[in-house]
Amino acid sequence: MSEFVPKPARPAPITEIGAIGWARKNLFSSIPNTVITLLTAYVLWSVLVPFLGWAFVNADWVGSSRADCTSGGACWVFISVRFNLFMYGFYPEDSYWRPNLAFILLIGFLIWLSIPRIPFKKLGAILALTVYPVLAYVLLYGGFGLEVIPTHRWGGLMLTLVLALIGIVVAIPIGVVLALGRRSEMPVIRMVCVIFIEFWRGVPLITILFMASVMLPLFFVGGTDADKLMRALIGIVMFQSAYMAEVVRGGLQALSKGQFEGADALGLSYWQKMFLVVLPQAMKIMIPGIVNTLISLFKDTSLIVIIGLLDILGMVRQALADPAWLGYPAEGYLFVAFMFWIFCFSMSRYSIYLENKLNTGHKR
Amino acid sequence: MKKIATLVGATVAIMATAGAHANTLETVKNRGAVQCGVSDGLPGFSATDSSGRWQGIDADVCRAVAAAVFGDAEKVNFVSLTATERFTALQSGEIDILSRNTTWTLTRDASLGLNFTGVNYYDGQGFLVSKDLGVDTAKELDGASVCIQSGTTTELNLADYFRVNGMSYEPVLYDTSDQTVGGFEAGRCDVLTSDQSQLYALRIQLSDPDSAVVLPEVISKEPLGPVVRQGDDAWFNVVKWSLYAMINAEEMGITTANAEEMKSSNDPGIQRFLGVSGNMGELLGVSNDWAFNISKQVGNYGEVFERTVGTGSPLNISRGLNALWSDGGLQYAPPVR
Amino acid sequence: MCWSLRFCWAFLAVYGADYIMNPNNRNGLSRLFYNPTARSLFFQALILGLLLYFVMTIVGNVMTNLNQRGISTGFGFLSQPAGFGISQTLIEYNETFTFGRTFFVGLLNTLLVSFLGVIAATFLGVVVGISRISPNWLLRKISMVYVEILRNIPLLLQIFFWYYVVLQTLPRPRDSLSFGESIFINIRGVFVPKPVPDAGFSFYIALLVAAVVAVVALTIWAKRRMRDTGQQFPVFWTSIAILFGTAVIGFFITGRPIMLDYPELRGLNFRGGITILPELIALWFALTIYTSTYIGEIVRSGIESVSHGQTEACRALGLNEGHRMKLVILPQAMRVMIPPMTSQYLNLTKNSSLATAIGYPDLVSVFAGTTLNQTGQAIEIISMTMLVYLTISLLVSAFMNWFNRRVALVER
Repeated sequence: MSEFVPKPARPAPITEIGAIGWARKNLFSSIPNTVITLLTAYVLWSVLVPFLGWAFVNADWVGSSRADCTSGGACWVFISVRFNLFMYGFYPEDSYWRPNLAFILLIGFLIWLSIPRIPFKKLGAILALTVYPVLAYVLLYGGFGLEVIPTHRWGGLMLTLVLALIGIVVAIPIGVVLALGRRSEMPVIRMVCVIFIEFWRGVPLITILFMASVMLPLFFVGGTDADKLMRALIGIVMFQSAYMAEVVRGGLQALSKGQFEGADALGLSYWQKMFLVVLPQAMKIMIPGIVNTLISLFKDTSLIVIIGLLDILGMVRQALADPAWLGYPAEGYLFVAFMFWIFCFSMSRYSIYLENKLNTGHKR
Repeated sequence: MKKIATLVGATVAIMATAGAHANTLETVKNRGAVQCGVSDGLPGFSATDSSGRWQGIDADVCRAVAAAVFGDAEKVNFVSLTATERFTALQSGEIDILSRNTTWTLTRDASLGLNFTGVNYYDGQGFLVSKDLGVDTAKELDGASVCIQSGTTTELNLADYFRVNGMSYEPVLYDTSDQTVGGFEAGRCDVLTSDQSQLYALRIQLSDPDSAVVLPEVISKEPLGPVVRQGDDAWFNVVKWSLYAMINAEEMGITTANAEEMKSSNDPGIQRFLGVSGNMGELLGVSNDWAFNISKQVGNYGEVFERTVGTGSPLNISRGLNALWSDGGLQYAPPVR
Repeated sequence: MCWSLRFCWAFLAVYGADYIMNPNNRNGLSRLFYNPTARSLFFQALILGLLLYFVMTIVGNVMTNLNQRGISTGFGFLSQPAGFGISQTLIEYNETFTFGRTFFVGLLNTLLVSFLGVIAATFLGVVVGISRISPNWLLRKISMVYVEILRNIPLLLQIFFWYYVVLQTLPRPRDSLSFGESIFINIRGVFVPKPVPDAGFSFYIALLVAAVVAVVALTIWAKRRMRDTGQQFPVFWTSIAILFGTAVIGFFITGRPIMLDYPELRGLNFRGGITILPELIALWFALTIYTSTYIGEIVRSGIESVSHGQTEACRALGLNEGHRMKLVILPQAMRVMIPPMTSQYLNLTKNSSLATAIGYPDLVSVFAGTTLNQTGQAIEIISMTMLVYLTISLLVSAFMNWFNRRVALVER
């Protein structure tokens, strides 16, 4: 009696597996689909090839003046010659180590706080919120033996980052307070918060910036000497904290009423209820919204160009007006776009990662 | 709870102290620097050089004021302003002086709450056109697109000029002079209109300056000068006389180089001026060697003019109306006596 | 005097509050304080009082400052002649009109670009959103890259890019790109023929109105018939046929009542026709593209939020793909999409104020720019400008809330 020898399974048809199968399934599954694929591929080809050629293949990378741009492609020399100005503005050159050090420390703290495996998170957070701001202020502005560098010499990417960071750190707590106020049971407080939020959300940021930068001293007798940068920052923070408040409110509303009632039943005080029960749960829901607000805050810092502060966009625009370098707007704007994109994109990626991580077991 | 109460109390207290009042000269002295509003980059008038230092005839007016008040011409905080922001910034107290090629007009004097302290440059509005347009006079500009900087008297003069001559035009507005030149160069407009001095300044910013010409017509009077807020006569006097000191210094032949030795001059007028005798500075509320500091650190009007917009600069503008009255120009300063 | 009085208030506020809040003073007053109602009343009164004080101080300071510096106040300037030109005016305007008129010119220009932006961004956004869940891999990835790149770049930068990089490469007027000698494109904008009404125009309009009425009637009839008999009627295609047919046939019957005014190069510029300013185009493109990335995401998440069971149920019922989208998925997705869409529309309107960066004559650029500078009345002008945006935003919110209530799920 011969033993039963099963025939080995035949391989799937070549049209169903591997690259071909994948392509058939994803690119050519039907006639309209095929048409779309071919059309998109053509458009992509006709846009991407000239662009890559211009930006990389035919580009000039090294040199020191306009004369070095000869190959007809992008002239990245324009960027590299003024790179320091784009990064630091008119910050004195021999003090570049100060913003550099502040930035490295910042990266250090970010790594400490954002990578789960590193311990002592609480300590890190406390240091980052108490010691670091003072340190960064002294490094950037001066004092304690360091030469004072007034804010009107700050500029470039450094200014963008300073504005964005302070804005982010300040806008979140204000937003939370506003959102809680909007859900308060005291009608006056609720009213005040609603008016505040709706006002800032209803007007364009540039009118706010205009007010903050040139009209504010009218509101005080004898004027005020508050720094221009400071005032612009207050404008941006007010504007974004109103948006933040709405995000937080959304998170609070999404929470089931039972949680509030449970906390009340346990006899927790208002702040205990909020900080121990409500906010930790709401936080999960709010993270995408919060990060989106932070991203738009980051992007909105570019508007300070309109009131004459020179962030990275402002520096590039000033460079574009240099008679020796006329005619390279594409390079300049692409460079700025790339810088903004890196920061905003990484923020949005981190938010997705965080969302997945915090999404504990509620997924069906 | 206690914290909140303290916070509230502190806020109230801070707001109460904001009620303190001070005059500009005192505020400036306490601050230790003059807040000076300048342009966002107009070569010859106020523009930063490659090291970030503000240069130009308007910037030097501010330096002269700082020299008079502090004895140190470098105690100036320059605030770069667009044309649209400038008056609001001055009105609100954001800046102490506006020295930003600003035209002296009745409305600005009477309704904006401002005072013009004098004229540091006599100008007039003109047109810059590209050569290949083949236009010789502004009368041929019917239907043209015109690049203008927004928020200037230029905008109004232009409208008047085209209406009087029965011509139409399309205004193309830009916020800064850089953008205006950019628009002109790209062909967004046929004509760029501005004060004549600026036209020369802007022309050298073109990639090919010879491709454009300034038309002969001058369609308006544009006396440019430093501006201060109304209702503060002490400060008004300091700024006014700082400018006059520069003009007087040129008249007396005092320059940066010879200011020190002029101190030993036996001309009583020069002695009074340089603070060797008399108390001219005290009367203004500054130190007696104020005019010496201006001449020594900033220079006289003629020096500043030649260095910033005149033959010593790329602009190469001749003195013309801005020569001293004794040379047939309009610059005339009341005597220091 | 005033100063010391203020100081007294500060003193009272600090020490008074401290005294009341100290739990050791368990007298009548502090018991009152621990009563939640009384406490909440106290807090509200305190906040209200502080707020009033704050506002009064600011208003007082502004008035003092304005008086002291001799700055004109009031809205008298609105009736003064403006004396400057504006490049795009939807209503009649020239230099002799008033500053008040510049307000309306600017406002209409803002509304125009916002309206165009909302329409185009919605259209593009829906395309992007549907592409992101398309079965086609290439399309899906490309639309993802589109979204991820463009929404992470500041809008201002995108406006600059369109205006200074793309549009400035267009030719000068003499070398315009021309399409059939009637449409011209150059650096000064796009010039298209302008329809001018001729004899018989009112008759033609009446015909068109009649066609619209017919379409509405047809829709109502078709709906009623479907409800009664279950039979469907191809309303959409019939309506298109009626409208298009009337427009074309009516045009010839009424003797071509619309003349076209063609743009032509005369002197330095094109004259006649309609000019679409490059500033408008740049702003419109940038607003559209930037907002479309957000709308795309809203559409995608809206569609994805509809449970998969719905799709399966449709298949089980034998609905085709088009009907599934139109009758089942979209009406449900709509509910999720409307609130975020509203805020995108409002954002777009507010973002249109960036026009001032490239000189498109919108409200901020004309009124809070040139007019502000010619009159110097910052307080009045900025308040008016902010009020306009606030009003727009409150009106749109109110409308969208009403609409949202209409489509909201009515649960039993």
